[in-house]
Amino acid sequence: MTTETTHKRRERIDRGIKVRSESLYALNSFEEIAYLLTPRVMLIAAFVLMPLILSPWPYWGRVGLSVCILAMLSISFDFLANYVGLVSLGGAFFYGVGGYMAAVLNTELGLPPILSIPVATLLGAAFCTLALLPCLPLRGIYFAIVTLMYPLLMTRIIEAFDILGGTEGFRGIDGFSGFFTEQYGLILAMFIALFGLRRFVNMDGGLVIRAVKDNDQSVRASGISVTWTKAKAVFLASLTGCFAGAYYIHMYSNVGISSFALDLSIMPIAATIIGGAGTLVGPVLGAAILVPLSEFLRDFGSLRIVVYALVLTGFVVFRSEGLMNYMTRKYQQVERWVKI
Amino acid sequence: MFYDILVYGFIQSAALILMAFGFSLVYGVSRLPNFAHGAIYVFTGFIAWALFNTAGFPYWLSVVLSVAASGAIGVLIYYVILRRVRGMEVSEVIATYAIGLVFLEGLRYAGFRGGTYTLPVASDGVSFILDVPVDHQRLLLMVLGFAMVALIWLLTRYTRMGRALKGMAQDERAAMMLGIDSDATAAVAVALGSMLAGVAALIIFPLGSLVVEEGYKVLIYAIAVCVVGGLGSWAGTVIAAFVLGYSQYMTVAYGKPHFQMVVMLLAIIVTLIVRPSGFFGKQKQLEERV
Amino acid sequence: MSTHHTKEPILEIRSLSKHFGGVKAVDDVSLTVNRGDVVGIIGPNGSGKTTLINCITGFLKPTKGTVSFHGKEITGKKPHKIADMGINRTFQIMRPYYSMPAYKNLVIPLSSPRAKRVGGWRGGGKHGDRDTVAVDILEELGFERDSRVPYKMAGTLPTGYLKRLELGRCLALRPELIICDEVFSGLSASEISSLVPLIEKLNGQGITMIMIEHRLAELFRVANRVMALSYGEKVTEGAPDEVINHPKVREAYLGSEEDF
Repeated sequence: MTTETTHKRRERIDRGIKVRSESLYALNSFEEIAYLLTPRVMLIAAFVLMPLILSPWPYWGRVGLSVCILAMLSISFDFLANYVGLVSLGGAFFYGVGGYMAAVLNTELGLPPILSIPVATLLGAAFCTLALLPCLPLRGIYFAIVTLMYPLLMTRIIEAFDILGGTEGFRGIDGFSGFFTEQYGLILAMFIALFGLRRFVNMDGGLVIRAVKDNDQSVRASGISVTWTKAKAVFLASLTGCFAGAYYIHMYSNVGISSFALDLSIMPIAATIIGGAGTLVGPVLGAAILVPLSEFLRDFGSLRIVVYALVLTGFVVFRSEGLMNYMTRKYQQVERWVKI
Repeated sequence: MFYDILVYGFIQSAALILMAFGFSLVYGVSRLPNFAHGAIYVFTGFIAWALFNTAGFPYWLSVVLSVAASGAIGVLIYYVILRRVRGMEVSEVIATYAIGLVFLEGLRYAGFRGGTYTLPVASDGVSFILDVPVDHQRLLLMVLGFAMVALIWLLTRYTRMGRALKGMAQDERAAMMLGIDSDATAAVAVALGSMLAGVAALIIFPLGSLVVEEGYKVLIYAIAVCVVGGLGSWAGTVIAAFVLGYSQYMTVAYGKPHFQMVVMLLAIIVTLIVRPSGFFGKQKQLEERV
Repeated sequence: MSTHHTKEPILEIRSLSKHFGGVKAVDDVSLTVNRGDVVGIIGPNGSGKTTLINCITGFLKPTKGTVSFHGKEITGKKPHKIADMGINRTFQIMRPYYSMPAYKNLVIPLSSPRAKRVGGWRGGGKHGDRDTVAVDILEELGFERDSRVPYKMAGTLPTGYLKRLELGRCLALRPELIICDEVFSGLSASEISSLVPLIEKLNGQGITMIMIEHRLAELFRVANRVMALSYGEKVTEGAPDEVINHPKVREAYLGSEEDF
């Protein structure tokens, strides 16, 4: 305001630890270590304690697991979109392939969940990567469109050829042996995906993948195959997505064409954009907001999707950085009023 | 049987042109992928239905008002959403798609489901083309499909606004230097595209009933036609509509109706893999491929 | 100027043409580059220099003609395959990885199959060691090791450093042949004069070079052979002073208002 002479202004200062260098930290006090660890510990503690707190209410326990499932799908989307530069609108493809793969392994071959989930994850990821391989040279909107079509095509093929149980799907899939097995198995997997990928993107192999997003021509000129690099990245993303699908169908003991449904492609995008794109943790936060929200809206049917879509549009258009990036910024800054 | 395929394949192709032309126009002029296209299509149908059945307007007035409303929606979508994310293709896709979801799922939530909502046909009669009986609504569809293409072509050739649109399509920066308002032109393009979707809805819906799911189908059909024809190429759109229209009709005639959608989805995937610039579009390989 | 002439051809271009529709960007160009050469390619804007490079390095497929490296044909191979064989290039418009610190930019080529195979870098190029190697290379290129420059985001570096970073990407691959697309352009006279000895040093290490340049004076300090292009066609080839006195070259340069 220029009308009144204000005598105070708000000053924002970056905390010392970040100022020292852009990527190298020099830790020399417990305070600084605590400062860095607190957010991580809070996240881990929240998920480790969740099953203990929710155990009296199995229904809400399942909701907690849905958070983890959506979080994994969102991590997969975020990794592909913001570290590799491949925006996939077909997250449901990974999820559905993983789910169907596990269902077949369990019902047809009789593999117990402890085997069917990892095998389905690996085989499913291999299948997804092979299926997407021809699309990898595509960029931007073209890749987005083609990936949007994959899960739809799977649905239609299953319907039209009446394969894999047709519109009915598979029923009577084995469940987990107990509440805590189910809970901690998934939470552990989510942490592996989250922290594994976060570590990976800063390792040399991960840097190569990020370089493809920055400038694929330079990567080519460095004697590295861009398609092969992208394929590896897609494999990692599909591992995460297929695991989520495989785990989920064992939780609910059935799988159907709804595993390829559109909301499963849209919700991870919404969670990522709301939580904060390009952070990998943001998607977890986004999932933790969206899933409970959708539980409260369950009685309102398709109003749920309307609410998501509105929130998603709002975030895309007005606050594209997402919550996590905003919070990180605030956490690393000190604000105070200074007299002038 | 041969004439059946000839005539009905032609009608199916004209329907595809109607469904896809708006999408193609918007992308061609302003490089904006309007993924709310299918939603606007369905929404216009329901507006017309509400004006005619609930408000009791005469049908012609309902048609005019609902098409005007679809144009207004287009303008709103441009100014509220697209303008702010312009240039970020993926955000454009996600934002318009999400807005489309709001329309479609909003309608579903409001209780518009099932096959109980219908729009009246313009005329009940039946004529014979090559000894094949064709009802007048389909005849209208055929005529209007091509009339619309012709109209847009004339518009871009002979009116100031149309020439501005064409200029934007060819070289946005040069057009801006010549004093063409990029925002206004894009808004007009989105509005025109939406109105085309609306017109398509009002011609095609009377053949069946108003259902929300049509919105998703129309979007995919429009994308299929535009991708196969080459995104942004109008001539390509028309040719692709014929190729896909006939192949769709053949799959229905000789296969299961389920395969209709499979054909479209496969067409999109295969085209993007083999030739992302489309089979009939101008060659711009370097842009979309590495 | 390098003086060792072993006369062993390393790169042979035979009647190479690249047409875009009706435009002949490169038309029937032949050139032999011997090991240890520094070959300059000059020509006015639009004479097809960059197109020629793109055809050699696989970024474009030539319409006609062949390119062979060590006697093996490489025409139409994929860019990363050609880079993997030891032909490495810089880009006229610099293409660093903007979101990474400068030294991490070199970790990418250091992770490539070629660097692992023939690099022989300290520590065998394991994770973590590549960072040190990257800083070593940058230091060799004139990034002050103890300053903050190698650790700055590539996007914030000035042009002079970005050009060196482009060269660094090539060096990390232990190249046999470096093709420079206008490394001197956009640089001040003093920046260029610090780059020239660097080029000489690299050539002294046995790296063959092809340099596309507009800055003829600086180019002629390092090049032992020059080819002139005009409208995609080869005008002449020979020692620098022969080429510059060629009437057609004078015409092409003086006729169009090109800077010397």
